[in-house]
Amino acid sequence: MISLYDFYILNEKLKNKLRTEEFDKRKRDECLKLLGFWISPFSRRVEMALKFKGVPYEYLEEDLPKKTPLLLELNPIHKKVPVLVHNDKILSESHVILEYIDLTWSNNPFLPQDPYEKAMARFWAKFVDEQILPLGFMSLVKAETGIEVAIEETRELITYLEKEVTGKYYFGGKTIGFLDMVAGSMIPFCLARAWECMGIDMITHEKFPELNRWINKLNEVEIVRECIPPKEKHIERMNQIVERIKST
Amino acid sequence: MAQNDTVKLIGSWSSPFALRARVALHLKSVKYEYLDEPDVLKSKSELLLKSNPIHKKVPVLIHGDVSICESLNIVQYVDEAWTSDPSILPSLPYDRAIARFWSLYVDDKIFASLDAVAGAKDDGERMAAAGKLMECLAILEDVFQKSSKGLGFFGGENIGFLDIACGTILGPVSVIEAFSGVKFLREETTPGLIQWAEKFRAHEAVKPYMPTVEEFVAFAKKKFNVE
Repeated sequence: MISLYDFYILNEKLKNKLRTEEFDKRKRDECLKLLGFWISPFSRRVEMALKFKGVPYEYLEEDLPKKTPLLLELNPIHKKVPVLVHNDKILSESHVILEYIDLTWSNNPFLPQDPYEKAMARFWAKFVDEQILPLGFMSLVKAETGIEVAIEETRELITYLEKEVTGKYYFGGKTIGFLDMVAGSMIPFCLARAWECMGIDMITHEKFPELNRWINKLNEVEIVRECIPPKEKHIERMNQIVERIKST
Repeated sequence: MAQNDTVKLIGSWSSPFALRARVALHLKSVKYEYLDEPDVLKSKSELLLKSNPIHKKVPVLIHGDVSICESLNIVQYVDEAWTSDPSILPSLPYDRAIARFWSLYVDDKIFASLDAVAGAKDDGERMAAAGKLMECLAILEDVFQKSSKGLGFFGGENIGFLDIACGTILGPVSVIEAFSGVKFLREETTPGLIQWAEKFRAHEAVKPYMPTVEEFVAFAKKKFNVE
């Protein structure tokens, strides 16, 4: 039977624990800034992650290609967005930032817990950024003749993702996860706008029924919707980018 | 996967990336079967093509009935699937992020500079590429000084994720130094990295698997048909 004294001690310990947790939480949330750019999928996915965790942050827009002294100071190696500043910690590279966010705020984990599932999420995320992006954008923009070949090659890569999402609501399972944030920011809400500028229907319903379903599901998620660049403005800007690349 | 499911590693003797996987498995005392691809650039085994159909590259870790590709992915997987000591990645989120950031830098920028030096078509290109490589190594020296805090490895007292990531450059750098006659890792500019390279090569988890400088150079000479 617990005595009043024991109860008192337990109560004090609990109050201390809550105070420490509250202090930790306040400390963790003290200063969080994100340097981003509205059309950068790399920056948008970090916003998705922060909103997913429900963590308040200050957003600082870079007007790329002009780079502010702040960006050059915070990311001297790559001089790119996104950069996350968390109290005295500076982080860059979107995948690195996403994993940091998931570890630092333990609510709503978005990376899988199982080591193999996690390895696969990382593998496919890298695949999106390092295989699908260059082939699905630069190769297409620069292809004068042979664009049909480049389109088919891109579709071949995208087929791997079609298989990955088959039978699931999202890549993350029942809720969005790391790979949804990476692939979502890159494919439907960035590359698809470039494809639209070029008159290409890349992810056809016929060839990619699962990905089309996934894109519709993504659009239902409020925090994802908040991170989608406004379509008309995006396409106008994409047109300028495509023209600029073609003329170099 | 259960820890005691069978483990196989498909690698190649000369591959610096396969070395990463071997070091990680050794650190965690994992028993595994090593399957060597002797001439991986020219001829690839059925098993390699089946377990890494997208990239068709070594290393590939096969654990039970799943396979994991890409060297840094494999190292992280080994650290997470076998939770016994030692830990390969740092424990704090920010330290992990820093280690990951610089490992990406090694794979993106340093290897690109190494390729640029090796593939340069004329002296002008070679000089420019060499300059870029020196800059990258100077940055890495700075990272080493901050990260090691005087304790010998990027990971501090013990070998860690960033040591394993950076260790891969030593073979290619030594080949380029041998072929060009230029020292890229030098006492005057990269004293920390020179000492670290020696400790890394001598480490019990690295030494059995890392070819010596002479072996690397002989291999490269044969591969590129150079005397």
